[in-house]
Amino acid sequence: MTVSLSTHAETPLEQKRRFEHGGTTMAAGHRVSLKNLSAWYEDQHAVKGVDLDFEPNKVTAIIGPSGCGKSTLLRCINRMHEEIPGTRVEGEVLLDDQALYSDAVDVTAVRRAIGMVFQKPNPFPTMSIFDNVAAGPRLSGTKGGDLRERVERSLRSAALWDEVKDRLNQPGIGLSGGQQQRLCIARAISVEPEVVLMDEPASALDPASTLRIEELVEELKTRYTIVIVTHNMQQAARASDTTAFMLDGELIEAGPTEKIFTKPDDERTERYVSGKFG
Amino acid sequence: MAASAAAISQSGSLRGSPLSRLPDRALRIVLTALAVAILTLIAFFFIRLYVEARPAFARFGVFGFTFNNDWDVSRNVFGALPLVVGTLITAAVALIIGVPVAIAAALFVTELCPRRARGPLTIMLDLLAAVPSVVYGLWGVFVLIPKLKPAEQWVTDKLHFIPFIGGASVAGPNYFIGGLILAIMILPIVSAITREVMATVPADHKEAALALGATRWEMIRTAILPYSRAGITGAAMLGLGRAIGETIAVTLVIGNAPRIGSHLFDQGYTLAAVIANEFGEAANNPIHRAALIAAGLVLFVLTLLVNAAARVFINRRTALA
Ligand SMILES: Nc1ncnc2c1ncn2[C@@H]1O[C@H](COP(=O)(O)OP(=O)(O)OP(=O)(O)O)[C@@H](O)[C@H]1O
Ligand SMILES: [Mg+2]
Repeated sequence: MTVSLSTHAETPLEQKRRFEHGGTTMAAGHRVSLKNLSAWYEDQHAVKGVDLDFEPNKVTAIIGPSGCGKSTLLRCINRMHEEIPGTRVEGEVLLDDQALYSDAVDVTAVRRAIGMVFQKPNPFPTMSIFDNVAAGPRLSGTKGGDLRERVERSLRSAALWDEVKDRLNQPGIGLSGGQQQRLCIARAISVEPEVVLMDEPASALDPASTLRIEELVEELKTRYTIVIVTHNMQQAARASDTTAFMLDGELIEAGPTEKIFTKPDDERTERYVSGKFG
Repeated sequence: MAASAAAISQSGSLRGSPLSRLPDRALRIVLTALAVAILTLIAFFFIRLYVEARPAFARFGVFGFTFNNDWDVSRNVFGALPLVVGTLITAAVALIIGVPVAIAAALFVTELCPRRARGPLTIMLDLLAAVPSVVYGLWGVFVLIPKLKPAEQWVTDKLHFIPFIGGASVAGPNYFIGGLILAIMILPIVSAITREVMATVPADHKEAALALGATRWEMIRTAILPYSRAGITGAAMLGLGRAIGETIAVTLVIGNAPRIGSHLFDQGYTLAAVIANEFGEAANNPIHRAALIAAGLVLFVLTLLVNAAARVFINRRTALA
């Protein structure tokens, strides 16, 4: 089972796969591997030769002090980094065994296969709740009943359906911050990605909403490979299976979350997770 | 709170001397005076125009003057409908052609063109606004009218089934040419405002669209255009205001025929053009003069209405953001 990225059109096989994928059956997840990945802003080397695997159906947390390149690394995975003028990427990102940066790959297909949730909830301000979630599927031509079903499914997956089902036509920005972030998660999974990237998804939220997002992450990993950037050490410890620690653009250490937090190999990791610098 | 405020006002060093507050007070008085002066001026304009136009309104009625389809100087009959219609047609053509081009230009400059070309392109677009309108008019007369005539004839022949556009025999100067000149003239202002509005679209929304797998055009459609729609409408309204009021360029290319043209490529007249053309000869004919001033008043009201509409749209936009 591979993900086709080179074209907009789906093959029947793919459609079938997506159909099964969208149903209740649990799909086998997809692995993302970074091979000697480097990223620049103009001359600034922000990510330095990172090798890292994100395991299928696992939550991987990326931690590290501010400015160490976590967001940049994340944005390289779905090729959003290149949207900033003057940036450059070297090395490889593989989704299963497809190289995402090869010439034959369609960047829009990459982004549909690898969804993203941003730090600040950013629903489209002029759109209703429904339209926010429908925006993605509409891009690939989903309409009518299929669309409604897809929106409902995404909102259910994002644990938001019961709260909004009676006001789908009201503006998305009328929701609370936590609800908006879940709306954004619904929007990200509405295009049925294989991988979901989250850049500090709860840092703008109150503790209760944060917990809901963490519970949601726990549920979502049954269907997606999840990468989550966080500043919150407890959050990383609670929500992730694997943790990667970055410092100054380099990957210092990655391993099972428990190990990273209790007996890391590197002394710098130890200092960071015990709060000695940051 | 209250205690500390009292302490501050008691401590001599923090109390401002009356002298130090003087510049502030002076500034406020001057600005208030200016604001009042502007409002007074507008009110005065309006009243003065009305007084001067009274003879025309008395003879033909306000309604009759504005909506009678008969403007004949030799018979001293003045109904401004042909001029109102001409004004509206040319302004509509200007919007239909100018606004999409302005939006496209703004999109190109903000989203598509290489960053290095952005500055020069913006300056060139803005420079269009610096060309004197008489130059546009002359260019219309000597270049657009002769060069476009065959093309216009071709279009009207091909579209013969559409009323008002098809099946015409093209007059040199006509509504369409007038509208086209106006479209070029409103381009800089509409494009500049649209550009500003688009620059305020948060990067968050653009990235959200791109991260869903939107192409550049789809990103523009899902993130940029909905967010800027109200602002663009406001920009179009301001352009419309300018198109309605523009005088000399239109006078040169409209044909100056005081009747309602039978099709888009027919000669016509506009309110502003009639005033510019006939004011000299009207000096010795009080009713003609009054009619021209009444035409000015109609133009004034039309422009005010358009600007008020623009304001409503722009306010709604700020309420949204
Ligand atoms: N748009 C940009 N242009 C230039 N440099 C940038 C840009 N974005 C980030 N950088 C630089 O790249 C480096 C890595 O930034 P990045 O945003 O990836 O850090 P981060 O680990 O996500 O930090 P934080 O935890 O504060 O979000 C920083 O030194 C930053 O200054
Ligand atoms: Mg960051």
